Amino acid sequence: MKSKKGIIRIASGQGFWGDLLTAPRDQVTKGPIDYLVMDYLAEVTMSIMQKQKRKDPKLGYAKDLVELFGEIGKDCIDKGIKIITNGGGVNPVACSDAILSVARSKGITKLKVGVVLGDDILGSIDELQSIGIDLENMESGESMLSIKDRLQSANVYFGAGPIVTALAGGADIVITGRTTDTGLTLAPMIHEFDWDHQDWNKIAAGTVAGHILECGGQASGGNFSADWKSVPGLARIGFPIAEAHPDGSVVITKHEGTGGLVSAQTVKEQLVYEIGDPRSYITPDCIADFTSIQLEEEGPNRVKVHGVKGKAATDFYKVSMSYLDGYTSVATLTYTWPEALEKAKKADAILRMRIADLGLEFEEMRTEYLGYNSSHGPLAPKVGDPNEIVLRVGVRGQDYKAVERFGKEIAPLILTGPPSVTGFAGGRPKPSEVISYWPALIPKTAVHPKVIVKGL
Amino acid sequence: MKVQLLKICHGRSGDKGDTANVGLIARKKEYYPLIEQLVTAEKVKHHFQGIVEGDVERFELPNLWALNFLLHHALGGGGTKSLKNDAQGKTLAAALLRMEIELPEGTVIE
Repeated sequence: MKSKKGIIRIASGQGFWGDLLTAPRDQVTKGPIDYLVMDYLAEVTMSIMQKQKRKDPKLGYAKDLVELFGEIGKDCIDKGIKIITNGGGVNPVACSDAILSVARSKGITKLKVGVVLGDDILGSIDELQSIGIDLENMESGESMLSIKDRLQSANVYFGAGPIVTALAGGADIVITGRTTDTGLTLAPMIHEFDWDHQDWNKIAAGTVAGHILECGGQASGGNFSADWKSVPGLARIGFPIAEAHPDGSVVITKHEGTGGLVSAQTVKEQLVYEIGDPRSYITPDCIADFTSIQLEEEGPNRVKVHGVKGKAATDFYKVSMSYLDGYTSVATLTYTWPEALEKAKKADAILRMRIADLGLEFEEMRTEYLGYNSSHGPLAPKVGDPNEIVLRVGVRGQDYKAVERFGKEIAPLILTGPPSVTGFAGGRPKPSEVISYWPALIPKTAVHPKVIVKGL
Repeated sequence: MKVQLLKICHGRSGDKGDTANVGLIARKKEYYPLIEQLVTAEKVKHHFQGIVEGDVERFELPNLWALNFLLHHALGGGGTKSLKNDAQGKTLAAALLRMEIELPEGTVIE
């Protein structure tokens, strides 16, 4: 039976794969929460995981998650905290098996794991095309055939729905593949408050709460531009928590005694992060209107979010596909005073002449001067004679050998170029694969999320 | 009177493919009408010349005292393709805060 609570506390544990490892544990131990939600998937992550899975069919998920479950799983079960995460990557089944095995080793005797499947369509591209689903690029309209033989991953973004099904099936932890970040937070609200999936204002309210939580500490004082020096205790930052109410209103807060800051300004900075048209923030669950969001500071580290309006979801899921698109190599060298910038510029000119003499050609060769203009380009004011400048040169091309050869032209600059240069301890830069993205749409009727709940 | 946006705004930027978004937020409610009037898509496009190769779109969020700018073709191809040190446009909000606007006479900025 699902609990019928007045308020539920949903805590953000990870904002990306590689986030602060102590954050989930702090959320579980430093105060009361009901749900721990963890987002592990960026677009590039899916292709990395597919590569891991090709090498070993038991891999292809966020291994951090399994380690973490070993650390906090028992505590979560004892406290009744449910975990929702998309850390299953491209292999949620293997991930759930690993979680169950860790649970056994920790002496956990009762655990239900929900697994959401069906988002990975890499193996069914031909089948989909045979029924007229071409997956053309939703931005350029180009046919997918041009990149089909280079595809690395293809995943449908599911929403909250399948997670709600898993929670209704009694899952203590729900592991999904490509689920939207916002769906992870919205799902427990639908489940606990029995919201209708077509109550668009409430669904949009839960989606907005998800957007605030999805980047972890970025809503609670991290990367805060308004007044970064005023944020206390960033070393022990408390990740954001959404206290969700049945009417859709939410209070964003964090545990007492943790560092960081939750204010209208920190929440606003996260709300405008990576959005397009604010009137139509499209997810599989709804279209949320960010111009309807009302914020109120109702106490220290407490911001109420309410008034959110939404519209019906579209008939399509977004598909994120990735494909191999050549190679890059990036090299850096550090030049010091006097005339650091001039030396770096001269080194770049020498490098370019040698590249030309070798007949190497690239799609792009880019030079930036760190410490001078790499971030703000022509907007950067002229500098006098800085103490040091990092020369950063990158190339991109389809020819692996040419990109690799570029890497061999960097070290020689130290003994055959301008003086007082250092910073080449890392050795020759190696080519990295370029993974490009192919966004597409697929009718919701063409894919079917599958939910399994299994347990000890 | 000229004022740098840093004094009256804060912001955050991020990426979606080769498009960067910059959210520009007024520090006070009374500053919002100023930026809504003065920080136009055209001015932002001009500000970012040499960085943004495509169009600049602007959206308004008066409820958050904020403007959202989409800077198209701003990230050298985006994702793992980009050769930029700031391939995800994380520092472009700060770059926009460098912009100066000419305030109407008599405007009071604390």
